Amino acid sequence: MDSAILALEDGTVFEGRSFGAPAERFGEVVFNTAITGYQEIFTDPSYTGQIVILTNPQIGNYGTSTADNESARPYIEGLVVREFSAITSNWRSDEEARAFLSNAALPVVSDLDTRSLVRHIRSKGTMRGVLSSIEKDPAKLVAKARAIPSMAGLDLATRVSTSAQYRWTETVVPCSPSEVIGVANQPRYHVVAYDFGIKRNILRRLVHSGCDVTVVPALTSAEDVLALKPDGVFLSNGPGDPEPLTTQIGNVQRLVGKTPIFGICLGHQILGLALGGKTFKLKFGHRGANHPVMNHLTGKVEITSHNHGFAVDADSFSDNDIEVTHINLNDQTLEGFRHRREPVFCVQYHPEAAPGPHDSLYLFDDFVRLMSEHGKRK
Amino acid sequence: MPRRNDLHRILIIGSGPIIIGQACEFDYSGTQAAKALRADGFEVILVNSNPATIMTDPDLADRTYVEPLTRAYLEEIIAKEKPDALLSTVGGQTALNLSVELAEAGILDRYGVELIGAKIDAIKKAEDRLLFKDAMRKIGLETPYSQLLTDIDGGLDFAARRGYPCILRPSFTMGGSGGGIAYNREDLLTILERGLDLSPVHEVLIEESALGWKEFELEVIRDLADNVIIVCSIENFDPMGVHTGDSITVAPAQTLTDREYQMMRDGAIRCLREIGVDTGGSNVQFAINPKDGRMVVIEMNPRVSRSSALASKATGFPIAKIAAKLAVGYRLDEIRNDITKVTPASFEPTIDYVVAKIPKWAFEKFPGADTTLGTQMKSVGEVMAIGRTFKEALGKGIRSLETGKKFGSETFDVNLIPQKLITPTPDRLGYLRFAFRSGYTAARIHEMTAIDPWFLEQLRQMVEEEVALETGSLETADRAGLMRAKRMGISDVQIANAWKTSELAVRTRRKELGVAAVFNRVDTCSAEFESFTPYLYSTYETQCEANPGTRKKVMILGSGPNRIGQGIEFDYCCCHASFALQGEDVESIMVNCNPETVSTDYDTSDRLYFEPLTLENVLNIVDVEKPDGVIVQFGGQTPLTLALPLKNLGVPIIGTDPANIDLAEDRKLFGKLLEDLQIPCPDNGTATSADEAVEIARRIGYPVLVRPSYVLGGRAMMIVYDEDSVRKYMREAVSFSQDRPVLVDRFLEDATEIDVDALCDIDGDVLIAGIMEHIEEAGVHSGDSSCVLPPVSIPESEIKTIEEYTIKLARALNVIGLMNVQYAIKDGVVYVLEVNPRASRTVPYVSKATGVQLPKLAVQLMLGRKLRDVTHYRDRLPVPLTFVKSPVFPFNKFPGVDPALGPEMRSTGEVMGVGHNFGEAFLKAQLGAGTPLPEKGTVFISVNDRYKPEVAAIAKRFADLGFELVATRGTASLLQAAGLKCKTVFKVNEGRPNAVDLLKAGAIQLVVYTTTGALSFEDEKSIRRSAITYRVPCITTMSGARATVEAIASRQRDPIRVWSLQEIHAAKS
Repeated sequence: MDSAILALEDGTVFEGRSFGAPAERFGEVVFNTAITGYQEIFTDPSYTGQIVILTNPQIGNYGTSTADNESARPYIEGLVVREFSAITSNWRSDEEARAFLSNAALPVVSDLDTRSLVRHIRSKGTMRGVLSSIEKDPAKLVAKARAIPSMAGLDLATRVSTSAQYRWTETVVPCSPSEVIGVANQPRYHVVAYDFGIKRNILRRLVHSGCDVTVVPALTSAEDVLALKPDGVFLSNGPGDPEPLTTQIGNVQRLVGKTPIFGICLGHQILGLALGGKTFKLKFGHRGANHPVMNHLTGKVEITSHNHGFAVDADSFSDNDIEVTHINLNDQTLEGFRHRREPVFCVQYHPEAAPGPHDSLYLFDDFVRLMSEHGKRK
Repeated sequence: MPRRNDLHRILIIGSGPIIIGQACEFDYSGTQAAKALRADGFEVILVNSNPATIMTDPDLADRTYVEPLTRAYLEEIIAKEKPDALLSTVGGQTALNLSVELAEAGILDRYGVELIGAKIDAIKKAEDRLLFKDAMRKIGLETPYSQLLTDIDGGLDFAARRGYPCILRPSFTMGGSGGGIAYNREDLLTILERGLDLSPVHEVLIEESALGWKEFELEVIRDLADNVIIVCSIENFDPMGVHTGDSITVAPAQTLTDREYQMMRDGAIRCLREIGVDTGGSNVQFAINPKDGRMVVIEMNPRVSRSSALASKATGFPIAKIAAKLAVGYRLDEIRNDITKVTPASFEPTIDYVVAKIPKWAFEKFPGADTTLGTQMKSVGEVMAIGRTFKEALGKGIRSLETGKKFGSETFDVNLIPQKLITPTPDRLGYLRFAFRSGYTAARIHEMTAIDPWFLEQLRQMVEEEVALETGSLETADRAGLMRAKRMGISDVQIANAWKTSELAVRTRRKELGVAAVFNRVDTCSAEFESFTPYLYSTYETQCEANPGTRKKVMILGSGPNRIGQGIEFDYCCCHASFALQGEDVESIMVNCNPETVSTDYDTSDRLYFEPLTLENVLNIVDVEKPDGVIVQFGGQTPLTLALPLKNLGVPIIGTDPANIDLAEDRKLFGKLLEDLQIPCPDNGTATSADEAVEIARRIGYPVLVRPSYVLGGRAMMIVYDEDSVRKYMREAVSFSQDRPVLVDRFLEDATEIDVDALCDIDGDVLIAGIMEHIEEAGVHSGDSSCVLPPVSIPESEIKTIEEYTIKLARALNVIGLMNVQYAIKDGVVYVLEVNPRASRTVPYVSKATGVQLPKLAVQLMLGRKLRDVTHYRDRLPVPLTFVKSPVFPFNKFPGVDPALGPEMRSTGEVMGVGHNFGEAFLKAQLGAGTPLPEKGTVFISVNDRYKPEVAAIAKRFADLGFELVATRGTASLLQAAGLKCKTVFKVNEGRPNAVDLLKAGAIQLVVYTTTGALSFEDEKSIRRSAITYRVPCITTMSGARATVEAIASRQRDPIRVWSLQEIHAAKS
């Protein structure tokens, strides 16, 4: 049996069975508590630079299916699971999950005590680590882990962004003859979406809600965006620390007031920084599909999908025009805000789900409504 | 939306006796609801006819009524207590139906009682098949093509159009009672006729078959602000076609992608909103076609259910407790998650382990019953197991079942594999493994069973590992190999079998190699937050989260899965033991594997280990906890089997010494003891061969009672009248008794049986807790006999003798804690039948009747305290009023089985009736048991010769009460000779019209039909079966007939009156 080792910067070492490609990758070690949706996690560009632990112990059961990809390829650096399925069982599957990861030359370690590892990270905080199915000397791997550059201060969003502008037209497709999706709206609004590592389901949801979407690279200037005559601008999710993204923040500052803006995740953080707020790194982040978020506008709780290591400090805004709209009920962190005067709103979590509950899909329609109202005002 | 302050008094209706399809999961939900509401300052009025429940403890409610769950009695209680609201959703289908009935009869309105939890419209929309289908169509959810039938023709027409197989489900019956799958016209006619009859509204739904589709269930909770969460997803291992209650189920769902899961989640939420369940928990069942993903909704329950109990235990999210709080106005985000303390209840639990539930059946109790599993639930209990992987959970679950058969000792037949795989029966899981061993491929098995390939692959890996182990040995074992096996859920016993060594040798070797179990926590959040609740399961990982305490601690071994003969009564005892320990400032540690129970609520004990009750698993806990004492006398037979092995390994058992518990089971030693004490017992002997048994029977004389030692519930117990039967019995029973001998006793015909529960302390001071007189004569298992407390026909002199014997026995066996003795009185002589130095099935009943918590006293005694210090009662507990306990039988689930009572216990549950006189108490008990006695009408009487002398007196009493008499020729001429007016009717084999015809025509309201003793003839069977089918009470003993007369007299004489336990026992405390 081939083994694989996960070594953390604090010297902790976990060993398991190698279930992926012979490879060695490093990154920040984070955990996700969602029960379903491993494929969406693998392919979410926000996981760039991260080795992901899945707390659901049975992974790979249903294989992978092209329709469920959130981007063109897996973005995680490596995968840590308790047990990886030897077979695939699902009517939609077109590839084994193991092959899907191996083809991307990713190291996978299984048969590892993921719970103890998660408890360790929960108490010590997120840390750097190396996952290797090549190197067998734990001491060497620990040394490598300590040498990994910190994620703080890295502009990962630009690295994963598209290099060229493109148009997105694919909408949400039912996964079963019985899935009720609702009738897709005709494209009525032109949305320019900044790609900081955008998930496909955001694009599909925008289209479904009636948007004609143009995706632009992360560093596209505000002026170039406005030249596309958008009805609204979307700021996508993406990996890493928002603070070093000064160019993007500057562009957003120049867009506020000019056009309706909707931001998700990193997009929300960039908006927060652009509007004068501050961000900070969470101890071990929010990654899962079960977070309760209170929507103060409706007074209702939404069960939401999360994937973020940084957050906007709700108390950091000096601007009275910022209205907190969403709060996480687990730890009271900021999950969404809007501008009182300008057509700008954003959420930290993932209303597009994929994976996760659909409780917050209404936000895409809210964006469309905002563009509609703004258009009338113009 | 905070707590509603306009409500003060809330009525909770329980689910009544334990029956198939409705078991102690509703004791769990009712108890949780009562606790939650009272903790919030509400006054709770609780009604349940089942005295064995924890919820009917006077401590858990302000007013507790153990009264029949019927409209008339509920109205009386409502009139007396004037509750503001009725919580209808925590007492199963029984409570829901009764709530609808009370609402529709205008009773709730009349007394100003608000229905909370689910409103009447929502209940109807969910329960009425057609309304439900319309509602689902409206929100875009598909349901199987179907039609509501009210007659046979409609069914034939549907089948002609849609083809076979089709599924039949009677409306408003629980556990799918009366339903089935029709593969052909004959099936259709049989099932439809039965279903129409069983449905209270005479409706049956016929449905397109989704046989072989994947089956799922979601547990959903909604609050008044329309916040909705999914607590848990459950996937059935057995595909559609097997009732969920009879399926192995797995949480969380294993084979759905996020897209498919979210489609189901969206559907479940839409379903709840459309049905209009305002608050509380519901479950929604779905089927998915594995070929194209088409999804249909099967059903939804607008109340907490068996699955919600399972989901609560599987995730640590207490659904019933939360549902109760939501019903009184709270929002999900206003309720805290008990386990993490920092997060709210408005989240969806996520788990980092796998849970498997496996049902337990009792077909061995019902010879002739059809063991095929279909849409009607047939299992009597279930186990749940938690493991880090499905394989580990399944392995632990299989061991939790306590099949009594050693692993690997089951016999399988290669030729039967196809049949056993294709037709689901309780044997299927065993045969699946055997099929892999016999070289079947997963593909072939999938073709035969439609079980998802992922599950089959897990089984295949387990079998592969087991086979690989067979080439190993104790000496060649290595750490990695053992670790792999243990992580697959393979037990030490299995490894020992493979290595031809002992379980303990494997254990020792394993620990030498550093392969030891650790304990993980059930924390609702996959370790994202710290857990403050020690709710634990064992697994083979690197870190132990048990974090044992340092206070004095005592571990209680629970009773495992419900089965006939060992059920909720023992859970009652275990829970009370736990409460008592806490009261004595001792940390209580519970070990059990039954997800339905109150004992496996993480709130019940200081620490909960959800583990199989096997030596291996218990020792693992002992290793970590190092308890100061282990209690084995409250969990029925299950912990007793472990008592001696544990003691021999130095585990401190408190209370009666296991050696003495064993002594009471050892016929030779026990016989010697009785001789020394000069206490008579029926002549007896022990046999290990047929010849020996015959020899003993010849010596002591027929009839004899034969049974294996060490069983509960009269398993394999029989009265035999001749040598042939003894030989036949020995051939069939020895396989059950393994190396334990068969006991042969002289059977005392027509004796009166007495049950005694007593307490004894370390000084030999004895308190007689209850002396119960059985209403059925000796020969009917004590668990199947109605009994009355205090006794009604035993002279004081005999009672004195009984007390004297009981004290002698308690002292001789050095009982510390509880003891139960069974006596028989024949011709003025008191015989001891058996002694059980442990808590008995009657402990909760006696506790409710006397107002004294017997298990609590017992625990205090086990901790070394003296009787005189823990209670002011001396000698015998007084009993105010009269209390009758009556059994409830599952015969309506097993067509073709003879319902005659005998020494093998077959009841699944019990009820209690309270009265000023015996008749009243018995009447209520019968009502509670679902066999209301008629006030007037015709009695059919047929008795065998033995009873002819007494029959006229009883018949006269019926006549005096205004009943008409009908009898078969022999009995009729006797009655006519006694001057009674009596019609004559043919016996079934004589001609027509016969008694069965009259039953069918509704011309008979009561049947008195005694057994002939030796053999039960087809004629008798058909009458008794017909009585059950047409719901006519059928009395099979003379003593039962006498009691029935008293009850009917009470019905005509006494008003409907109810007493709460608090009123009855007001003088105490």
